[in-house]
Amino acid sequence: MNYNVDEKGYYGEFGGAFIPEMLYPNVENLRQQYLIIMAEPSFKKEFDQLLKDYVGRPSPLYFAKRLSEKYNTKVYLKREDLNHTGAHKVNNTIGQILMAKRLGKTRIIAETGAGQHGVATATVCALMGMECIVYMGEIDIARQAPNVARMKMLGAEVRPALSGSRTLKDATNEAIRDWINNPVDTHYIIGSAIGPHPYPDMVTRFQSIISEEIKWQLKEKEGKENPDFVVACIGGGSNAAGTFYHFLHEKEVGIIAVEAAGKGVDSGESAATSVLGKMGIIHGCKTLLMQTIDGQITEPYSISAGLDYPGVGPMHAHLFKTGRAEFIAVTDDEAMQAGMVLSKLEGIIPAIESSHAFAILETRKFKPEDVVVINLSGRGDKDLDTYIKYFKL
Amino acid sequence: MNRIHQKLQADNKILSIYFTAGYPSLNDTVKIIQDLEKNGVDMIEIGLPFSDPLADGPTIQASSTQALKNGMTTSLLFQQLKDIRESVSIPLILMGYFNPVLQYGVEDFCRKCQEIGIDGLILPDLPLDVYQENYEAIFNKYGLVNVFLITPQTSDDRIDQIDAASDGFIYMVSSASVTGSQDGFGNNQETYFQRIADMKLKNPQVVGFGISNSETFQQATKQAKGAIIGSAFIKFLTQNGVDKIGDFVKGIRK
Repeated sequence: MNYNVDEKGYYGEFGGAFIPEMLYPNVENLRQQYLIIMAEPSFKKEFDQLLKDYVGRPSPLYFAKRLSEKYNTKVYLKREDLNHTGAHKVNNTIGQILMAKRLGKTRIIAETGAGQHGVATATVCALMGMECIVYMGEIDIARQAPNVARMKMLGAEVRPALSGSRTLKDATNEAIRDWINNPVDTHYIIGSAIGPHPYPDMVTRFQSIISEEIKWQLKEKEGKENPDFVVACIGGGSNAAGTFYHFLHEKEVGIIAVEAAGKGVDSGESAATSVLGKMGIIHGCKTLLMQTIDGQITEPYSISAGLDYPGVGPMHAHLFKTGRAEFIAVTDDEAMQAGMVLSKLEGIIPAIESSHAFAILETRKFKPEDVVVINLSGRGDKDLDTYIKYFKL
Repeated sequence: MNRIHQKLQADNKILSIYFTAGYPSLNDTVKIIQDLEKNGVDMIEIGLPFSDPLADGPTIQASSTQALKNGMTTSLLFQQLKDIRESVSIPLILMGYFNPVLQYGVEDFCRKCQEIGIDGLILPDLPLDVYQENYEAIFNKYGLVNVFLITPQTSDDRIDQIDAASDGFIYMVSSASVTGSQDGFGNNQETYFQRIADMKLKNPQVVGFGISNSETFQQATKQAKGAIIGSAFIKFLTQNGVDKIGDFVKGIRK
C-alpha cells in the first residue's frame, strides 16, 4: 500500500485538484515546479539554514518522565512548541516563502484558524520583506486576540472573514477568492495539509522535518528509529502529516490521529471528521468532510480554533479509510483536562490543539514498554484566555 | 442538437441571466424563469446554491446563503422545475459547485436534468481532466452540454484544449476576479476579447463576470456571442423583488 501522493495528485481515492479555471494557471505552475524547486541545492541550503538558525531546529525530543509514570508507558514529546512563533506552522511557511520567491511572487496571502499559521506567515513575510494579507474568521479574531496583535506587529494585514461560520473554513474561502482576484503577483501559503494538489503533498514535505528528526533523536535515546506509536492532533492535518510522514511505511509504528469531538461526537457541535464526515469536495480537494445529505458543508465546532475545520487533509482521509491510522475523537473537556495535566506534571502549557493529542493517554492503553511519541505541536500562550475562562483561573 | 446550440446559431448578442434558485424567496424560481423569458432573455443559468461558493463575490454568496436558509435543496429545485418545459422554451443551464452534484450522484443528477429539460451544466470546480476521465460519457448520455470557463490568464494551449472538449459555448470570464467585483471594462479586457476572437475557436464564447448594465453588455458582445449577467440581477432582485424583472431586462437591452 502506498500512503504517499501518486502522480495524479491522489492518495487512493482522495485528493486531486478541484479548482475553478481561474486558479488553474497558478496551481498548475506550482504543481510543475514544486518538486524541482525543493530539490535545488540552493533551496535546500537556504531552507535548512533558516530552520536551524531562525526557527531553532532541531526541536528537542523530550522524555516526559512524570507523564510516563502517570500513564505507565514511555512518553516522548516532540517539542514543536519551542519553535520560533510557538508552533510547527513555521516549518511550512519558511518552505513556502522560499518557494514563492523562486516563483517570482511578491504578495503573500494566507488563511488562519487559531492564528498560528497567520503568525508564522506574517513572520516569514517580515523576514523576506513581502506584503502579507491574512484572512481570519471573525469569531477566531475575537478568541485569538494575541495572535491578531502579533500579526499586526509583524506588518501583516488581518482581514476578517465574515461569511458562513466565520472560522477557518470561511477564512480559507476568502483567501481563495483573493487568489482568484490576484492571480499574477500572489502566492497563497496554505497552512494545512489540504487544498488542491500539490498543496497537501508540499505542506507535508515541509512538515516532514518533524518525523525526520524524531527518527534520529529516538535512535540516540532508545537505540531505535521507530517508536511503537506516533500521536498527533488533527484538524486539517499539517502537524499530523509531518509527524507521521517518515513512519507511514514503517509497519511496526502505530499511527494515532486525534480529532476534536467538541462537545461530543453526537452533540451536533463537533469537528470529528472521520466519524461525521463523508467523501466530498472542500477547498479544492476530494476528502472526508462534514456535510449535509445535500452536499452543503456544515459548520464544525471545537474549543480549539486550530481544529475547528470540517474536513481533513486527503492523506489523512486515506490513512483512515485504509485503516493505517487509528482515529480517536477527544472532547473539549478531555482536552482541557489533559492540558492541565501536562502543565502540572511537566511544566509545559500546551496549545489546546495539542492538548487533544495528550488526552488519549487517559483512555488509550499502552504497554509499559511502548515508546509513544506525541507531537506537541504548539505552546499554550495564545490560549491562556480560554484556559482562564475554562478553569476560572 | 439541443436548445443551446440552436440559440447560439440563430442569434447574436445573446443575453443570459444568472439567478440563485430559492432567492429572494424559496418559491420564486419558476416565476423568475418565466418572467425572464417573457421579457426577451435568451438563456438562463439557474444557480444551485452552495454553502462555500469559492468563485463568487459577496452578492452571489449572500444570495446563496439566503437561499439555503430559505430551504433550497437539490431535490426541491428539481421538484420546482419539473413542469418548466410546459411554459419555457429558451435554454436552461444549471450552475453550481460540484459537491452537491457529487452527493446527489452525478448520473442521477444528469438523468434528472434530462427529464426536466435542462440543456447544460456549469460546474466551475469540476476540472477538465476529471470531467473527461469520469463524467463526459454520462453528460453525453443525457444530452447535457458541459460549459468550461476560460480567463485572461488561461494559456492559448489550454484554451485550445478546452475548445476541443466543449460542445456548446465557452464561458469567458472577463477578468481575474470573483463574480460581481468590478465596474466597466478597460483596455485589458478589450485586448483579451480581441485575443480570443482572433483564435477563431469552434465554440462561441459568452462573456461573464463584470457585466452589469447596457454599456458593459454592448462591450462584451461586440466580439463574443453573448454575455451573462449575475450579480447585477441579484442586486436588482434584492432591491425590487420579483415583480419588475422586465425593467431590469429593458435596462440592459436599451
